[in-house]
Amino acid sequence: MTAHGSILELQVSPHLHTKVNVSSIMLHVVYSIVPVCLFGVYQFGWSALALIVTTTLSCLLTERVVCWAAGKPSTLGDCSALITGLLLALTLPPGLPLWMGAVGGVVSIALGKALFGGIGFNLFNPALVGRAFLQAAFPVAITTWTPAGAPQRFTSFVPSTFAWPFSRPASVDAWIAAAGVDGFTGATPLSLQKFSHIGTDIGDLFLGTTAGSIGETSALLILVCGIFLIWQGLMDWRIPTAVLGTAFITSLAFYVLNPGIYPSPAFMMFSGGLMLGAIFMATDMVGSPVTPLGVWIYGAVIGLVTVVIRLKGGLPDGVMYAILLGNALTPLIDQWTQPRIFGQRKKQHV
Amino acid sequence: MTATGMSESIWPVYTRGLWRENPVFVMQLGMCPTLAVSNSVINSLSMGLATLAVLVASSALVSLMRNVIPKQVRIATYIVIIATFVTVVDYALQAISLDIHKALGAFIQLIVVNCIILGRAEAFASKNSVVRAITDAAGMGLGFTFALICLGAVRELLGNGSLLGFDVFGPQFEPWAIMILPPGGFFVLGAWLLVFAWFKERSARTAARKEPSHAG
Repeated sequence: MTAHGSILELQVSPHLHTKVNVSSIMLHVVYSIVPVCLFGVYQFGWSALALIVTTTLSCLLTERVVCWAAGKPSTLGDCSALITGLLLALTLPPGLPLWMGAVGGVVSIALGKALFGGIGFNLFNPALVGRAFLQAAFPVAITTWTPAGAPQRFTSFVPSTFAWPFSRPASVDAWIAAAGVDGFTGATPLSLQKFSHIGTDIGDLFLGTTAGSIGETSALLILVCGIFLIWQGLMDWRIPTAVLGTAFITSLAFYVLNPGIYPSPAFMMFSGGLMLGAIFMATDMVGSPVTPLGVWIYGAVIGLVTVVIRLKGGLPDGVMYAILLGNALTPLIDQWTQPRIFGQRKKQHV
Repeated sequence: MTATGMSESIWPVYTRGLWRENPVFVMQLGMCPTLAVSNSVINSLSMGLATLAVLVASSALVSLMRNVIPKQVRIATYIVIIATFVTVVDYALQAISLDIHKALGAFIQLIVVNCIILGRAEAFASKNSVVRAITDAAGMGLGFTFALICLGAVRELLGNGSLLGFDVFGPQFEPWAIMILPPGGFFVLGAWLLVFAWFKERSARTAARKEPSHAG
């Protein structure tokens, strides 16, 4: 619009531009996820790395294909599919067959994101949609855990990793036995607690030297990455605060009522996917409410449902379903918590 | 679509239900049995044939009685007619195979509220001759059966690794448990609807290209 050489230059707002755009935001989120991935690979070995690479490639490829099929320009550059792929891998057990990881990636992007209209329109967190599909489709494979820090993790793959597509994965018992980890029964701290009433050392849970999904074990590392994201202004601090706070209060209430049956609040905070979900999944900008009050409600629902599923439901961990439920409630919460515009009268009835 | 006699060709009446106005894939009627019992080919086939039998018999009777039934109570009359044939089919299926009857469960009795049947009675059989009504019912019933088998085949293949009970992928196959569960029904139905929508769009495009000047 500006004619060069003119004395007066006229422009419409905005006049100030920052370098922040979707790609740069997503790239910073990727930076914050990478340490968690690296720690997962360090703990679980090459199988974990292969799974991370597989889900990521699967997500990127699916993104490219659906863009092509819909006749839209490619959205690979915004890195959101990359994040979905990484997050999906972080929620999966390290020995999951690669082909199942690939199926999860396709479902995440195609069903979880593209069907709703692509980035910015997805109702649910795409990675969790893929995770939920895999949980329902392959209930055995997705609850087959391998121990953390097995000595042969950098010399051999978990045998189930390279199962042929559509075929049953090989047994991991021999591999686990070869790891020689004392007393490892192929269970996560949460399932040990739920089904056998065996507690796990809180320090181990906090540092992440326990069995579990690739990225969920280390509460400390996830917290550090979360603080980085909050410091960068890329994450609403209210969401993890609300999720973790509600989970803490609810589990404390259960614990005080009956400490013999229910685990301590500290165990609840640092075990399973709660930390990963609260920091990386629940804070998805698309699937969470926009109003400050709505964000508190959303986080509280997730924290409450997680604890209730863990303590009263049939599953060891309920973070995934809690967050998907929170995502589903988001449009409603947004509608309920619309702020009153200055000068507008208080509504008598909604 | 009033009674126009036998001079009009009857073939399109038959093929309409099979493809162009397929009750499931085009009209999206009868979704309840479609999603509920299509977890294997044999269940789909039994459900489809049971519905076909009820549809043909009730359409024939409705057509025969179309000048006798008072307009004010026609829906109630249709339902009584349909319920009669559902009862017949219910007992017949028990006699033929108790296992299938158990697998389909309440959905046999629920054929009575299948909107395809009432829909055909109201929209077609009550206004057409017996032969045309039966032809239409057969087309619709077979189209419904075809759609159910489409769903059942995919769900059984992925969810159980078999087709009509025969092992397809061998013992090493890892079944996709979700496919025989209710969510699998929705996923597979969505995928088939996508395929049919794509077909329809493509044939519409080809037709438009072939006769660009044709105005109707």
